[in-house]
Amino acid sequence: MIEMRDVGFGYGGTELLSNMTLTLQSGMFHFLTGPSGSGKTTLLRLCYADLLPTTGQMTAFGEDVRQLSRDGIADLRRRIGVVHQDTQFLDHLPVAENLALPLTVSGQEVDMEALRDLLGWVGLSHHARALPPSLSGGERQRAALARAVILSPDLILADEPTGNLDWDMSMRLMQLLIELNKSGKTVLVATHDLNLIRATKAQVAARVLRIANGTLNLAGADL
Amino acid sequence: MGTDFRTLNPRALWQGLMRDGGSGDRIVPPTGITAQLTLFSAGAMAFLAVFALALALATGRLAERWSGELAGSVTVRVSAPLDEQAARTQATMQVLATTPGAGQPRLLPPEEVARLLAPWFGPDMPVDALPVPSLIDLPIVDEDFDVQGLRLRLEAEAPGAVLDDHTEWRRPLVTAANRLRVLGIVSLLLIAAASASMITLAAKAALAANGQVIRVLRLIGARDITIATAFVRRFTKRAAIGATAGTLCGMAGIAMLPGMEAAGGFLTGLGFQGWGWLLPLLIPVVAGAVGFFATRWAALKMLGAVR
Repeated sequence: MIEMRDVGFGYGGTELLSNMTLTLQSGMFHFLTGPSGSGKTTLLRLCYADLLPTTGQMTAFGEDVRQLSRDGIADLRRRIGVVHQDTQFLDHLPVAENLALPLTVSGQEVDMEALRDLLGWVGLSHHARALPPSLSGGERQRAALARAVILSPDLILADEPTGNLDWDMSMRLMQLLIELNKSGKTVLVATHDLNLIRATKAQVAARVLRIANGTLNLAGADL
Repeated sequence: MGTDFRTLNPRALWQGLMRDGGSGDRIVPPTGITAQLTLFSAGAMAFLAVFALALALATGRLAERWSGELAGSVTVRVSAPLDEQAARTQATMQVLATTPGAGQPRLLPPEEVARLLAPWFGPDMPVDALPVPSLIDLPIVDEDFDVQGLRLRLEAEAPGAVLDDHTEWRRPLVTAANRLRVLGIVSLLLIAAASASMITLAAKAALAANGQVIRVLRLIGARDITIATAFVRRFTKRAAIGATAGTLCGMAGIAMLPGMEAAGGFLTGLGFQGWGWLLPLLIPVVAGAVGFFATRWAALKMLGAVR
């Protein structure tokens, strides 16, 4: 799905990541953890080609990301659902239309019933016509997750999705991600919250990757 | 990385424009005052373009008319002492009547000569009391007509007769008319360039104001063509609608100009004639094309900076 071999990324002469070797296994739940500023977000951005590796080899769905055209990158992103900590929406469009945006921009018809089901799944049925600025932090994250999965992507990336949420809301969001994983989706969640990782691992088999000092390792049994 | 975006070709954009925008149009937020300013600018420019086009067409017609009318005849002026005037005029008429390539010479009657002098001496001037030369109008009917040959014959056979082939008058008039036509065309080009600049600025402002929107769209898998089409469609429509309104106002203004009888001189020809009234209708089409390409260029620049 996503494979990195000795991937490095630098910017302005500074090497932020080096010798990253990673294989995201299909259907697995992955955590990416590490201290703030360790490069978790950079690694995720590499995964959806928002950044390109400066060294090493990286393939996404079998294609070398550095060889992808701009349209190729757009097509790649339709296969990857991304949830950010500070998720952004088009504030002039209602929540339902924001959720349907990936369908709209890829020229697909919007199945209104499926959209209603999706809104219900993330608990936002009553906010379908609301504008995004009126949503709470937890609602925004759930809306972002719904938008990320509407194209039924193979891979879901979440960058500190619970960073601004309380524990209950965090677990509610994680529950949705676990459901997606159980339905066969590959999930990669970047978080520094070890309690969240432990609580999730109690419900689903998860692989934990730790990033520190610019390098990536499989976390030990201490988690 | 950017190579395929360079192939964001006009054909693909045109197809995008022609499709029903549907919800795809809504991905770009309403731009409020920018929309109104674009409409107004396109309208004002189209209004000016109508007058520039009318000027170019009118001066073209004027140049042809001056060139044609003055080149179609020569004038012979016969100056002599009063007691010899009639005889010399008669001799000149005989020379002219036998000139190859010339039509029937016509001696201007005193009333017509008086009318020609009226701008200088006033309408009541007794022309008979002045030593005014006889004026003969000679139409040119054939290419055999030889100005130089006639001038030499007059010198030999009709002393005091001076031939004026209007070259001295015609050349600066035709030159002036042609330059006015060029000015009209240059004005049209400047108006098109200014319109393109304004639309580009407006499009760039809209694109810059929507940088976050563009970034979100790219992150969820929108292709450049999808994003660019949303902006290009909007600005092309605005340019075309504004220009249509401006063109109609300009045409109404031209139609309301005083007629040939009411005005004089140069103004008599300013306007459109016959099929010429269809030409201004091309202005909204050109404005739409300007909006299309200017926005495409601005979108291309902006999207190139967003991964």
